[in-house]
Amino acid sequence: MRDVFTLSLIASTIRLATPLVLAALGGLFSERSGVINIALEGKMLAGAFTAAAVTYAADTKLGMGNASPWVGLLGGLVAGLFIAFIYAVSCIRFKADQVVSGAAINILMLGIPGFLSGAFFLSSGSTPQLPKDHLLPQSPVVIAITILILVALIWYVLYKTPFGLRLRSVGEKPEAADAAGVSVSKLRYSGVLLAGMLAGIGGAYLSIGQSSLFTRNMTAGRGFIALAALIFGKWRPVQTLLACLLFGFTEAVSIQMQGAVKLPSGEDIPVQFINMVPYVLTIVVLAGFIGSSRPPRALGVPYQKEK
Amino acid sequence: MLELREITKRFGDVLANDHVNIVVKPGTIHAIVGENGAGKSTAMRIAYGFYTADSGEILVDGQVREIRSPHDAIALGIGMVHQHFMLVETMTVAENIVLGAEPGSSFALDLKSAAAQIRQLSEEFKLAVNPNEPVEHLSVGQQQRVELLKALYRHAKLLILDEPTAVLTPLEVEEFFGILRRMRAQGKTVIIITHKLSEVLAISDEVTVMRDGKVVGGVQTKDTNAAELARMMVGREVLLRVEKPDADVGRAALEVRNLSVTTATGAKRVDNISFQVRTGEIVGIAGVEGNGQTELIEALAGLVEPAQITGEIIIDGKNINAVSARARRELGISHIPEDRHRRGLLLDFNLAENSILGVHYRPPITRLAGNVFLDDGAIRRRATEIIEAFDVRPRNAALPARSLSGGNQQKLIIGREYHVNPKVLLVSQPTRGVDIGAIEFIHRQLVKLRDQGCAILLVSAELEEVTSLSDRLLVVHDGKIAGEVDPKVATLEEIGLLMTRGH
Amino acid sequence: MKTLARELLFPLIAVIAAFVVGGILILLVGDNPIDAYRLLLGSALSWPDGIGYTLFHATPLIFTGLAVLVGFRCGLFNIGVEGQLYIAAFATAWVGIELANRSSWFLIPLCFAAAILAGALWAAIPGVLKARFGSHEVINTIMLNFIAVSLVSYFTQYYYKVPGDPILQTAMIGENAHIPRLGSFIPGLPERIPLNVAFLLALLCCVLVYLFLWRTKWGYEIRATGSNPSAAEYGGISIRKQIVVAMAVSGALAGMVGINEVLGYRYRYYDGFSDNYGFTGIAVALLGRNHPLGVIFAALLFAMLQHGGIYVDGFSENVTKDIVQVLQGIIILFVAAESFFKWLVGRARPQANQLPRVRAVTQ
Repeated sequence: MRDVFTLSLIASTIRLATPLVLAALGGLFSERSGVINIALEGKMLAGAFTAAAVTYAADTKLGMGNASPWVGLLGGLVAGLFIAFIYAVSCIRFKADQVVSGAAINILMLGIPGFLSGAFFLSSGSTPQLPKDHLLPQSPVVIAITILILVALIWYVLYKTPFGLRLRSVGEKPEAADAAGVSVSKLRYSGVLLAGMLAGIGGAYLSIGQSSLFTRNMTAGRGFIALAALIFGKWRPVQTLLACLLFGFTEAVSIQMQGAVKLPSGEDIPVQFINMVPYVLTIVVLAGFIGSSRPPRALGVPYQKEK
Repeated sequence: MLELREITKRFGDVLANDHVNIVVKPGTIHAIVGENGAGKSTAMRIAYGFYTADSGEILVDGQVREIRSPHDAIALGIGMVHQHFMLVETMTVAENIVLGAEPGSSFALDLKSAAAQIRQLSEEFKLAVNPNEPVEHLSVGQQQRVELLKALYRHAKLLILDEPTAVLTPLEVEEFFGILRRMRAQGKTVIIITHKLSEVLAISDEVTVMRDGKVVGGVQTKDTNAAELARMMVGREVLLRVEKPDADVGRAALEVRNLSVTTATGAKRVDNISFQVRTGEIVGIAGVEGNGQTELIEALAGLVEPAQITGEIIIDGKNINAVSARARRELGISHIPEDRHRRGLLLDFNLAENSILGVHYRPPITRLAGNVFLDDGAIRRRATEIIEAFDVRPRNAALPARSLSGGNQQKLIIGREYHVNPKVLLVSQPTRGVDIGAIEFIHRQLVKLRDQGCAILLVSAELEEVTSLSDRLLVVHDGKIAGEVDPKVATLEEIGLLMTRGH
Repeated sequence: MKTLARELLFPLIAVIAAFVVGGILILLVGDNPIDAYRLLLGSALSWPDGIGYTLFHATPLIFTGLAVLVGFRCGLFNIGVEGQLYIAAFATAWVGIELANRSSWFLIPLCFAAAILAGALWAAIPGVLKARFGSHEVINTIMLNFIAVSLVSYFTQYYYKVPGDPILQTAMIGENAHIPRLGSFIPGLPERIPLNVAFLLALLCCVLVYLFLWRTKWGYEIRATGSNPSAAEYGGISIRKQIVVAMAVSGALAGMVGINEVLGYRYRYYDGFSDNYGFTGIAVALLGRNHPLGVIFAALLFAMLQHGGIYVDGFSENVTKDIVQVLQGIIILFVAAESFFKWLVGRARPQANQLPRVRAVTQ
């Protein structure tokens, strides 16, 4: 058991938690504005694929060298933004069911990367390998600091700026915000688009940070773990960060153990059970067994103004 | 200050505002009175930009203005306090007040200076509100003052108040009027929507009376009196009376002993109420809406969790506190709910399917295999019977309930609830949003059912309706019974006093 | 007749619009959309392979479409069909392995029961959680999908894998648990095509679901709850009970995918066998307008695409079978945003196209 808590485990926890933190904090903006975000998975996939493809293009076609992953990161951000825009128009402008649209985005994004890579790279579902020195920084210290700054920034935006106040009010009681002269749809657009950007970056980090190419369905449910972390973190930035670290840790343990964790008593915990931890915890929290996790009150409800 | 010119607004086939003209002079308190559904709120919501008028124009300070959203209204110095407060419960008072008009830069929300400003305003108008308190911890009266502060904070010159006293206790009403007078003294203009005449006379300078979507009169308050206003509001001198023989009263069919009902959040809505309803009588419950009537009826119908109820509900001598809604129906309790869209109908289902709600699980509606299957023939027969007996139009059981007018929807519900020959009938707002012809029909049916020996408990916000139909009248205030009166001899004034002042 | 036309109109428009958008994407990657679509749809019409495989692919989609439909009709969104069908398929295999030597008459019904019960029980969990604690079934079913996948993979790996097998799959089930392929009845349909009696079961389930929802008192209660929970409660219907029952029925239908997969096709539990059946079921139910008859047609459409996807992969230059998922996604997106089309033709302001949803459970 002592072996579990090595420095390398902490480092890999941070690395693995990074895409979760980014996506979950994105989801935070969206859900705090009242729009459910089960499409985080799709947005991460969009970000991951685009980032890898753009980095590859910037590297090989434009010869941008060390700058290419940063261009790729931007690409991931834009891809997430683009997908979020479709989602936002569907949910906000056309008042579609948010869960259905989210599911549609997820299915769509399972197909798009394979569709495009098949055409552009002639390898179904993945992008070409990138050189190791043309990836995003992976030093746990650098990442940790970046993440901490980001969380602090988001906390500040959410609680200490007029934008944050309006965003939260729109997610809690849109008619109150409307009566106060705040545009509900403008804020929901901002919330969803911010979510897209952050999830896109999160996806980008997956393909051009943690690994060096995009592979088919490489998020493997991380968008949903991010959603779980958001709920486990009770829709608050700092708690969400902690939840992501916890879930990153379980992933790190399951990778490091490659099979089973040995308990001091000699018994094995199969890796499958470790993988389940985030999901079980989320269900438990949602049922109110560990404190209560109350969603924003208007979450999932399109705002319909009487006319 | 504010002028509405020829404002017309239609909702579906209802003409809510029909060429409405209202002029509000600056520095006055202007009352707009009318019965429920007269179009008062609609007109004011148009002025605040919540609705857009189909035609007509709005003038602010003598200039024609486009008010397309509350944002526009706020910019023109108009504030509105809605009947249902527009507050975000989880946020603090200060956060609610500054929302949409935040102080400081867009990068830093300056709640401290806001709080100071709120304190100052609060003192100026003697509102006694703590800016840092979360709204969900405040009483209703305090929440209303937060709404006022919201408007004041935005430098509103004109405040529109929609039924502001409906949720207040008498003491709070006094205080509230004090606040309004201070506002007038400071040069603000106030529009107050109400249907309580005593308040109009107590607080306003001018009155506009509305009826059926039209303005039927405008007077100086000092030149009028309650009787005249009432006449204008109702549109007829004589009060509506329902012809009914004397009640032939039998044993107690429904008895309520020390009943209290709390909401899921712990607020007490019905407070230690006791009464009986005997066979062959209509017991009316009069009161300002929101004084526990809804919760009382729902508790009796079995729609409130037993844990939220204390005291006893007794049918034919048996305590039914823990009996489910279905089993209560089987005991002979029928229920005509106050909100037919929310409770009474499956709007997407057709009339036939709606006609079996509540009896859908037992013969003759079901058959075969241990009564699992629905019997189409039986359903159609039942629907036809109800549609014919209660003159539901159009006479087509295959139409979705949504497509019917309010009056016909209500007749369908009443027909359904009558069809089981109830021993006890719980009726709430039976004629709300129903046309005149249907109202009379519904009233006659209620009396007929009474004469067949049913025990009827009738809740209505229409004072005339409840006094003319009831054999005995209980007046509720703040969840308690404020008094019982004989509807044959009691004057509306007497009842109104009980309704508004409690004991 | 008018309503039928209207019911058909929007799904049709959504599908056509999706094909147009998909066509543009195909043009963008430098292929001819007409050719690609001919491969995609045309291959499904050949006899016996095209038709046989299309019907085989349609089988799980009918089950999952019905499962999602039953949830929707009660105001519930069962995104957990994927997890339910995994649990059920494993349970089916488990019974088929453990009792391999029993006679067919005993074993096959037992395997059916295992599939149905396992699906129902797994789906009842989020039902109970919603009824008891009010927690949102969308989140819980998503979480339970991942838990199901892990759980089943654990049992397969630790208890039912043939030692030395590099593939994560169980041992074979007993031959007595096999259900017949339709090829053994239909002349000209070779038995290598895995279309089996589960397809007939799927069609039967469409009829049963219709009867259940529209002709029984239970169905009435479920639909009433989905249409207006407050009114249902007023009519003496226990919403909590309906939530659990509807989830269980939904899960039972999802579970029947296991019958097709394990008893009729692979004769074992194969880890990760589902080609997103559960999620495609959402598309099937929505495109089928939440009606069993519609589900059949929608399932056939998606099955055609799925089958054609293989041909596209093989014969098209740039287009891969991923086009199938792309089309699926776009179709759902269009179906969900129905008001988009109304807005296009300038008929109406967007209205909330909210599916009926059971939100709070009573007070």
